[in-house]
Amino acid sequence: MSAEVGTHPVRPVAELREVQGPSALGGGSRRFFDLLWLISVTEFKRVYFGTVLGYLWSLLRPLFLFGVLLLVFTQVFRIGSKEVHYYPVYLLMGIVLYTFFSEATSNAVTSVVSQEGVVRKTQFPRAVIPLATAITSLFNLTLNLLIVLVFVLAWGVTPVWTWLLFPVCLLFLFVGTAGLSMALSALYVRYRDTAIIWVVASQVLLYLTPILYPVTALGTETKERLLMINPLSVIFEQIRVWVLHEPQAPTAVEAAGGWLGLLPAAVIFFGTIAFGIWYFNREAPRIAEAL
Amino acid sequence: MSESDRLGGTLALRDPHGASPRDPDPTMAANEELTLEPTVPGAPGPDAPVAIRVEDLHKTFRIPTQRVDSLKERAVHPFSSRDYRELHALDGISFEIRQGEFFGIVGRNGSGKSTLLKLLASIYRADAGRIQIAGRLAPFIELGVGFNQELTARENVVLNGVMMGLTPKEVRERQDSVIDFAELHDFADLKIKNFSSGMLVRLAFSVMLQADADVLLIDEVLAVGDAAFQQKCADAFHQMKREGKTIILVTHDMSAVEQYCHRALLLADGNVQYIGSPAEAGHEYLKLNFEADTTAAGLGTAESDGVKLLTCQIEDEAGEPAMTVEDREPVRIKVEMELQRDADAINVGFTFAGANDLGVFEFGELLTREAGYDLSAGKRVTVHVNVENRFAAGRYFLHCGIHSPDGIALYVHKATTFVAFGSDETRGVMSVDHRVEVEIEDAG
Repeated sequence: MSAEVGTHPVRPVAELREVQGPSALGGGSRRFFDLLWLISVTEFKRVYFGTVLGYLWSLLRPLFLFGVLLLVFTQVFRIGSKEVHYYPVYLLMGIVLYTFFSEATSNAVTSVVSQEGVVRKTQFPRAVIPLATAITSLFNLTLNLLIVLVFVLAWGVTPVWTWLLFPVCLLFLFVGTAGLSMALSALYVRYRDTAIIWVVASQVLLYLTPILYPVTALGTETKERLLMINPLSVIFEQIRVWVLHEPQAPTAVEAAGGWLGLLPAAVIFFGTIAFGIWYFNREAPRIAEAL
Repeated sequence: MSESDRLGGTLALRDPHGASPRDPDPTMAANEELTLEPTVPGAPGPDAPVAIRVEDLHKTFRIPTQRVDSLKERAVHPFSSRDYRELHALDGISFEIRQGEFFGIVGRNGSGKSTLLKLLASIYRADAGRIQIAGRLAPFIELGVGFNQELTARENVVLNGVMMGLTPKEVRERQDSVIDFAELHDFADLKIKNFSSGMLVRLAFSVMLQADADVLLIDEVLAVGDAAFQQKCADAFHQMKREGKTIILVTHDMSAVEQYCHRALLLADGNVQYIGSPAEAGHEYLKLNFEADTTAAGLGTAESDGVKLLTCQIEDEAGEPAMTVEDREPVRIKVEMELQRDADAINVGFTFAGANDLGVFEFGELLTREAGYDLSAGKRVTVHVNVENRFAAGRYFLHCGIHSPDGIALYVHKATTFVAFGSDETRGVMSVDHRVEVEIEDAG
């Protein structure tokens, strides 16, 4: 026995390092991003390429919603066609983007808890879980946006340079969604009714965002300004201006009644992100114990 | 076949591994607590660098008496979450593991073993104290736990490799060899939800090996898989041992600890009970195991016609109640009774029985007034018995009976119980001195 031991190559001596315990990022940033990317990609592949209809379903859902709403708002209420020049495109764009937001956040709520096995039994940077759901949804959104692009061109919207600003809006939407996802997933560990509350809240948010109707349909300036408190409204309105470039559409700043009017939205937006990161980071070490 | 050959055969069967890893000399193991001296050949010496240092580690869980899981409950009972009791899972433990050491952590359920494991693996965060680890640690806590059922074997290999700290590129380079080692080449692109448990085990094990970590943390997985795979595990462990990797094995299985480990740590109630030779740790562990369920044993008092049994217990040398008896130490019995009516003679009888209620040995003692004992009502009679310890390792029960023609009758089934440690080599109920002589001659 001792003879065998003597012959083995001596392993280089590693430095003793402090073990910090679990955290949101845990185990170095390289590993964090490797894992985040790998999990997002494999999850996306699993859902959308695993079955033939997988991707089709995820596309059909917003398309059906779009079809129904288009019918209702152009044939029944008739606000769409009057106020917005490219109403069908406007509606589709809004629905696709909102689907991203609601899908990512509602998947995120239960994400950490449903990954219980991983969280309780492996050394795993916790923040990867909600962020990966956001990224997976982002991949999905990217595919859906290609369809939207076809619609946009088919409806005769001419490409303009402001289209280049669209990714900026998308970035804001993504960062906000990711921050909210972190907050929701950590809250759900402790308060299980977060899930139910969020179902209702995201329904309400759909109507508090100018998707089905244009901002101007509200009639009064006060109402427009109130609507612009919702950060989603600001993003969606600006997308309308930059992508559909309709002359009668007010920019987010105009709708909010000046730059100062955007302050509440900015506070909510950055506040949510900051809260999400702070709260998730605070809860991360204890998630395994709370489950 | 000659008589002597057959005898030789039986002897060989009793000890298939050659020399037993247990140290036969109990005096050596007894005073070895908290030293870092190697106890098994091949263990790294005291000058080897430290691989893991744990200092004064504390972990307390707050267990709410009523768990508040929803906002409504919190709103209705805003203060109820303060009703919790504290569970000190780890109460200030310290130890060091040297590089290249195969270190066992044992303990009963609830001793803090799993908590320690999860702290080492960065799954829990310590309340106080520090853990330092040299190099990369690969935890192997539960089979297939990091696996996603919906992904293929290959995807899971990549995912797990990255989780263990390899880069995606490194993992992709290794994935084929991992799949090959697991003997899953034909199933590499099958979703693992369709895998049998044996396939999962093989996959998990080879994934762990690929990580090439400096410290391996292994939680009772040796018992899984068929014999061939267990052999593969054993080979892999011996290989890792030779490579000088630091390995921590957390288990209930004392034989595994004695087979592989250089040193072992015994946890009890969140404290380090013992650190040292695996054999001694195993012995202490056994002791703890049996001492814990004393409640089933001590019957206390029993009353019947004319007599009250006050005590019936096994004692140690100092006269304190004991639940265990060391090998070859006499079994000391103490019986106290109070007579409630006059008697001319009483017979105090005992029966030792094995765990399966099989009678092992029976004896009695007749006490009479003629012999000078005052057996009047109101007297307290104490009987001490020393029984030569020929018991094999195991649990035994003592039935106690008190009878008298004067109308006294009391029989207590399983009046007390004890665990005999016995010696290593006996099975059955008795350990009897024996001598073996072997002669081998040419048959022709």
